[in-house]
Amino acid sequence: MPGTFIDVTVEASAAGDAELARTLTDVCPVDIFAAGPTGVEIVEEHLDECVLCELCINAAPAGAVTVHKLYSGETLPA
Amino acid sequence: MSILVDADTTFIVQGITGREAVNLTRECLDYGAGAKIAGGVTPGRRGRDVHGVPVFDTVAQAVEHHGSPIDGSVVTVPPAFTKDAVLEALHNDIKLVVIVTERIPRGDVAQMVEVAAEHGARIIGPNCLGIIVPDVLKMGGIGGPAKDAKKSYTPGPVGVISRSGGMTTEMSSTLSAAGLGQSTAVSIGGDAIIGSSYAELMPLFEADEQTQAIVIYTEPGGRMEAELAAWVTEHDSRLPIVAFMAGRFMDEMPGMSFGHAGTIVEGKEDTATEKIARLAAAGITVAERIEDIPDLVKERI
Amino acid sequence: MRFFEYESRAVVAKAGIPVTQHGFAKTADQARRIAEQIAGPVVIKSQVLTGGRMKAGGVQFADTPEEAARKAEHVLDLAINGHVPRGVLVDDKAAVAHEYYAGVVWDGTRKRPVMLFSDMGGIDIEQVAAEHPDHVVRAHFSTRAPFADWQAKQLIASLGITGSRLNRLTPILAKLARLFLQYDMTLAEINPLGELEDGAFVALDAHMDMESEARPRQKALLHELGVGDEETRQAREATPFELAGEQVDATDHRGVAGNVTEFDGDLGLVIGAGGGSLTLFDAVRAHGGRPANYCEIGGNPSVAKACGLAKLVLSKPGVDKIAVMMSIVSNTRVDIVARGVIKACLELGHDPAEKIAIFRIPGAWEEEGFKILDRYGVSYADRSVSLNEAARRAVERIQGVTA
Repeated sequence: MPGTFIDVTVEASAAGDAELARTLTDVCPVDIFAAGPTGVEIVEEHLDECVLCELCINAAPAGAVTVHKLYSGETLPA
Repeated sequence: MSILVDADTTFIVQGITGREAVNLTRECLDYGAGAKIAGGVTPGRRGRDVHGVPVFDTVAQAVEHHGSPIDGSVVTVPPAFTKDAVLEALHNDIKLVVIVTERIPRGDVAQMVEVAAEHGARIIGPNCLGIIVPDVLKMGGIGGPAKDAKKSYTPGPVGVISRSGGMTTEMSSTLSAAGLGQSTAVSIGGDAIIGSSYAELMPLFEADEQTQAIVIYTEPGGRMEAELAAWVTEHDSRLPIVAFMAGRFMDEMPGMSFGHAGTIVEGKEDTATEKIARLAAAGITVAERIEDIPDLVKERI
Repeated sequence: MRFFEYESRAVVAKAGIPVTQHGFAKTADQARRIAEQIAGPVVIKSQVLTGGRMKAGGVQFADTPEEAARKAEHVLDLAINGHVPRGVLVDDKAAVAHEYYAGVVWDGTRKRPVMLFSDMGGIDIEQVAAEHPDHVVRAHFSTRAPFADWQAKQLIASLGITGSRLNRLTPILAKLARLFLQYDMTLAEINPLGELEDGAFVALDAHMDMESEARPRQKALLHELGVGDEETRQAREATPFELAGEQVDATDHRGVAGNVTEFDGDLGLVIGAGGGSLTLFDAVRAHGGRPANYCEIGGNPSVAKACGLAKLVLSKPGVDKIAVMMSIVSNTRVDIVARGVIKACLELGHDPAEKIAIFRIPGAWEEEGFKILDRYGVSYADRSVSLNEAARRAVERIQGVTA
């Protein structure tokens, strides 16, 4: 089940990167990311805990990670 | 001016690598002129930095690095280790210790308070949010991030003392909105035994020229209000005091028993109604609602 | 947290203070066997965490083991102030020549413990202090150095006590002071401390309260006494609703959803922080509202915790709406709480705009919070609306009165 308030998407080209998967798992303070067999996995039940810290965005290549504020239509990076 | 701290105050953060400490360090650096945080202490983490503040293993290392005495410490160390951290600070000549940590057994607090007295030092807290001199210095998490603290706190003539961290900000924001800024706001902590009570801070506010009135937040429990009423009666203070009391409903609830012996030590513990009467008898105005406080202060300044 | 008398007696005995021969019984039969061992007149005392035992008939006397069994049967079934006894204490009815009082308690103003001693034991010490102040002495003591015997001796002697009496009382009071500090007690009282006809002293009763904050570091003692971690030992038993509140708080360490207390109104309160909660509760009542509960949100709760608390309150029978209100927050995130309470409504199949009477939490991340509240049509107020006014609006809304 996707989040009610937040969605996080990872660009297809970056999603398969095991190294990125490990980095994202490491930096997210609310465990939205996991490193799975296909690379980056989103742990959907944690999406709504996103604190908008942007540590995932900053840790990934530019444009690879997008955070969607479903309540306002805005995205991060702004 | 202000009490306890000013633009030149230097302090360390003990427990600086913890989540709450990392946040409040950022907030204090961003607020006012920028806090002079001389270092942080987390045993075993020497060499790291938190938002540019160097981390040390010991208070002594922080003092040595600073090259001169450090004025204060904000302590966020967990309850099992707080006493040890505070004693370390006191033995390294730190004279103002703000203890944020909650749930410290009062036996430990009593010891810390005694040692502080031996060293001529002062403790604020525990279980408190710290001290703020609006637009000048924030020492602790009080008011939150710098831009939020700026909304709530403005410089002015009112000294604020509160047993509740959140209510320090609520009352100050109400005062600021009415054009009555604060000289210093102190969150003194919510525990049964604290380092500095209302009465103990009054002489400091009395000596501060900028302070023209005092606003306090009080609740049922303890005898701090009785102590303040007694102080006011004995000292002919120039400072009018307006008090707000929350928790009046507890008079009607089966309260926690203080034990028979306890009641004769401190006198039968006042109900909220009795506390209000006691404060009023000492000439302290008691506000019915927080929004009434600014007008009551204006009447008395 | 409170201890039962039988536990307090165990603490006192462990500290080396003489106690009368006694036993804890859960059945009439056990009471009989203890009385047989004591082989003399006994006192049967209800073990409840409330006072007024004597008046309620919770303290009985028996001259034979048979009588002890009968009296125990009766006391075991006797509820006192709504408390059902856990058992009874079967106690040697000692031949007491005189009764004293010894107690240690915290003095919050002096920030030190204080020892109290009186040669008029067996009655309310409060009453003795009021009516016979010459018969009560007290001394504060430092927590910096271990309690020394001479401190107890000096206090007892100040009442004019001397001779072997002084020498027998001194170690008892000294041990009481030490156990008070060692076990993080907030109250340690022996009343009466009995002087027997042969001059020996025994604790005839004991009352101990331990500071809740100290429980994590007093596990050894609590385990030895058989006190379970889940036992709160507060003024009254927690209701299922309140226990559920503790569950919500316990399952996630992020932030606090504390002091969930049950009332019986229709307005659920999701409120904080501590001082704000007290203020808001007063305000709701002042405006004629009927709170369904009290609680204290603090720290920085996760969405899950805020949601859990809101769901618990919304699900309480009789609750029509919830009011989400806090004093200005510094480290609690407004947007996170907003997500939590809205999610609770959605998951229960409710319209957040209808179920949330008002949302008033100014402070950190409020702009983000307002975006979320706007999206779901939830009625909210910023800091320009006082706590009192927010409460008034909540009451107005739930009572269906239009502004």
